Amino acid sequence: MALRTVNFTINGEAKSVQAESRQLLVHCIRETLGLTGTHVGCETSHCGACTIHLDGEPVKSCTMFAVQAEGKSLTTVEGLAVGGTLNPVQEGFWEEHGLQCGFCTPGMMMTATALLRTVNEPTETEIREAISGNLCRCTGYVNIVKAIQYAQRKMHATPAPEAVLQGGD
Amino acid sequence: MIPASFEYVVAHSLDETVGLLAKHGSDAKILSGGMSLIPAMKLRLAQPAFIIDVNGVSGLAYIREEHGELRIGAMTRESALERSSLVKHGYPILFETARVIADPLVRNRATIGGNLAHADPANDHPATMLALGATIVAHGPNGDRLIPIDEFFPSFFASALEPDEILTEIRIPAPGVRNGGAYIKFERKVGDYAIAAVAVNLTLDAHDTCIAARIGLTNVTDVPARATRAEAFLVGRRITDQAIADASRLAAHESDPKSDLRGSAEYKRDLVRVLAGRAIGRAVSRARGGSH
Ligand SMILES: Cc1cc2nc3c(=O)[nH]c(=O)nc-3n(C[C@H](O)[C@H](O)[C@H](O)COP(=O)(O)OP(=O)(O)OC[C@H]3O[C@@H](n4cnc5c(N)ncnc54)[C@H](O)[C@@H]3O)c2cc1C
Ligand code: FES
Ligand code: FES
Repeated sequence: MALRTVNFTINGEAKSVQAESRQLLVHCIRETLGLTGTHVGCETSHCGACTIHLDGEPVKSCTMFAVQAEGKSLTTVEGLAVGGTLNPVQEGFWEEHGLQCGFCTPGMMMTATALLRTVNEPTETEIREAISGNLCRCTGYVNIVKAIQYAQRKMHATPAPEAVLQGGD
Repeated sequence: MIPASFEYVVAHSLDETVGLLAKHGSDAKILSGGMSLIPAMKLRLAQPAFIIDVNGVSGLAYIREEHGELRIGAMTRESALERSSLVKHGYPILFETARVIADPLVRNRATIGGNLAHADPANDHPATMLALGATIVAHGPNGDRLIPIDEFFPSFFASALEPDEILTEIRIPAPGVRNGGAYIKFERKVGDYAIAAVAVNLTLDAHDTCIAARIGLTNVTDVPARATRAEAFLVGRRITDQAIADASRLAAHESDPKSDLRGSAEYKRDLVRVLAGRAIGRAVSRARGGSH
């Protein structure tokens, strides 16, 4: 099967990969690029474990072909921390025990990071709505919501939230 | 879950898309949001030999009022409909529809054109567009063709689009005075298709007599369909609680649900009755000028 060259940036780095048309983006990320932080949960577009940012927006990378990433800017969970410092959302998950087995966590953090970048002070309802495409089978969501609220407070306590909330385009 | 092999082509214009469709015929599929097509390909329910990615065709994502109509480009994502204040305030029925489709991650990709072209009776836009009396714009080798929504869903999982046509725009008549609409969906959990849902769009005269009504049903008929007897019952009648209850019962009779994992046919039919009552009630209150 013919391979195609696909060019995109991922976590700020320009990449050129070879992909079969039918390769799903999540497999390109995990297998070709070795970035295994992005998980495959359901494979059926339901769980959100594979959530990444595509030009800054959270999307399910199991429901896109790698070839569709041509010219795009991607961010995965590996791109959230900068210089070894966790982003506020990651710190929130740590502080508030926002994970148990951790399988859903990368996707949750990608969705939460995108939410806090677009909505200044989301209410609890807005947070729950935003993560409604990310399923967690362990926590019952309570600590995940707390983790996101922690991140929100932390960002507001800091002078330049845009500079702090890294990740994305 | 690996899709079967296919050839991938990125189209940059409508003419190029139509040319590719004409060349490859029914072997080709347009790829918009991919949120129905890619899951179907993963399950190998769909195995197109050619995929024409139209995400590179510019000028197909817009929401604007023009010539007394709301015009929506086919590539408009659900998330854009949800965020549009024109939609939220001017067409609350459409806002209510976009918001309950799938989940926020899916809505960042899914397009309104794909939702209609897919012609799935479980999808939410068909019922709403039937209620709104929308017109579909299809672009083919001979230019644009207008298709009334009532003719757009001819048979099971089929649309009225020709194999060499692409859906480019949806046109919705701007609401007149004392017009109101509502979409109410009942789902098991976020991201699921409707157990049942009802879309209502109606107009009242100054004395609360209904002068126009259209009712669309989701996931309780083989093809997206209207509850025409319930509509006919409402038109010419003064809106009372009794009239709403009677119309809802007619809508339930017109539905033809199948028993499945979402519930028994009996349960779903009764759900149509309840949801129709609520949707008519909300549409009436909007038509009278209330927001709910
Ligand atoms: C987890 C999940 C839950 C979902 N829940 C719901 C739900 O509750 N309600 C709901 O309504 N939908 C739901 N969907 C479906 C979703 O809304 C789809 O995105 C939509 O049905 C198709 O739009 P798309 O842009 O993704 O189209 P695609 O998947 O790209 O295409 C779908 C079909 O339409 C054709 N097509 C696409 N665009 C055009 C065009 N412009 N002209 C001609 N043909 C075209 C394609 O060739 C294909 O056959 C869900 C999807 C997922 C993954
Ligand atoms: S693996 Fe992508 S949604 Fe579950
Ligand atoms: S922590 Fe286990 S699935 Fe969420």
